[in-house]
Amino acid sequence: MSRISVTEERCKGCLLCTTVCPVEIIQVSERINQQGYKVAEVPAEAMDKCTGCASCATICPDMAIEVWRSKKSKKAA
Amino acid sequence: MTTTQNAANAAEELVFTRPASLADRATHYCPGCHHGIAHRLVAELLDEMDLAGRTVAASSIGCSVFLYNYIKVDTVESPHGRAPAVATGIKRARPECFCFTYQGDGDLASIGMAEIMHAANRGERLSVVFVNNTVYGMTGGQMAPTTLIGQKTTTCPGGRCHDREGSPIRMAEIISQLGGTAFCARASLDSVKNIRQAKKYMRQAFEAQTRGLGFGFVELLSGCPTNWRLSPVAANKRITEEMIPYFPLGVFKELAGDGTCGSTVAPDTAAGTAAGTAAGAAGEGK
Repeated sequence: MSRISVTEERCKGCLLCTTVCPVEIIQVSERINQQGYKVAEVPAEAMDKCTGCASCATICPDMAIEVWRSKKSKKAA
Repeated sequence: MTTTQNAANAAEELVFTRPASLADRATHYCPGCHHGIAHRLVAELLDEMDLAGRTVAASSIGCSVFLYNYIKVDTVESPHGRAPAVATGIKRARPECFCFTYQGDGDLASIGMAEIMHAANRGERLSVVFVNNTVYGMTGGQMAPTTLIGQKTTTCPGGRCHDREGSPIRMAEIISQLGGTAFCARASLDSVKNIRQAKKYMRQAFEAQTRGLGFGFVELLSGCPTNWRLSPVAANKRITEEMIPYFPLGVFKELAGDGTCGSTVAPDTAAGTAAGTAAGAAGEGK
């Protein structure tokens, strides 16, 4: 299972990541971080759809997203 | 963490994380500012090309003034617009160093126009990362030389007028005309595809220096959501729809060659380039 992890204290809520996700699983959450931004998140039930393409991390200006790619997912796909 | 997650972790690899040269701290930039992406691309390239240990950066005045806080290399803070002149001194004194400047459009295209033009014309072995967001960001969104026609800023509240203020300056085209330039390109940071292309161009600009070909220049179209009075997502859309048509993307000049003085010069530009490369080579103390 590929997945991303959002470092919430670094996220500035610009939501550029939500515009580039090919499976559209990134969304704005209701959580507000210490800086006062509503952070981006992937709902736990939607994380299965993550392809590990790293588009969100590439466009994130604040290095708030780390991407983990499953080695098995390539074979499955 | 549950057992199943641990099992999953064993089968997955970290494919995207912070490059070693990029400091692990929050930036002071506004949400959606593309400086963060440009910083990351520079840091990734310094790591991938194994340059970080011998790099000296010359940073500029503008929002990127705190570059030294974010990229873990030695940095000289230059007077406004004078980063290419400072970098020239660094490179000539220490030719073994890798030297790049990181400048915004208010810095490079306005007050620093003379320095960038002459550094490029001399063919200094420098790499320049030019972040063009069409406004003076740090000082509050005043009109820059690159401000688009009709764009409203605090110093042209009715929109930039062609008759009064002239046309936006296309820096990449200007630099590409100068004799000492080895690589000159324009990229954009508005989409994943363009960011990946930008990194390729930046690598070529860095290689122009490491191979001793001459001056490397990359213009990065970027957004300033705060001073454009737009949301970050709308600002990215503006780059795609308004900036890229005026500032076309692509490579404007690319020299091939082995890096020795003279052999990099195309026959049709020999007269204009010979002086620049000769001065650059002499400056390196070869």
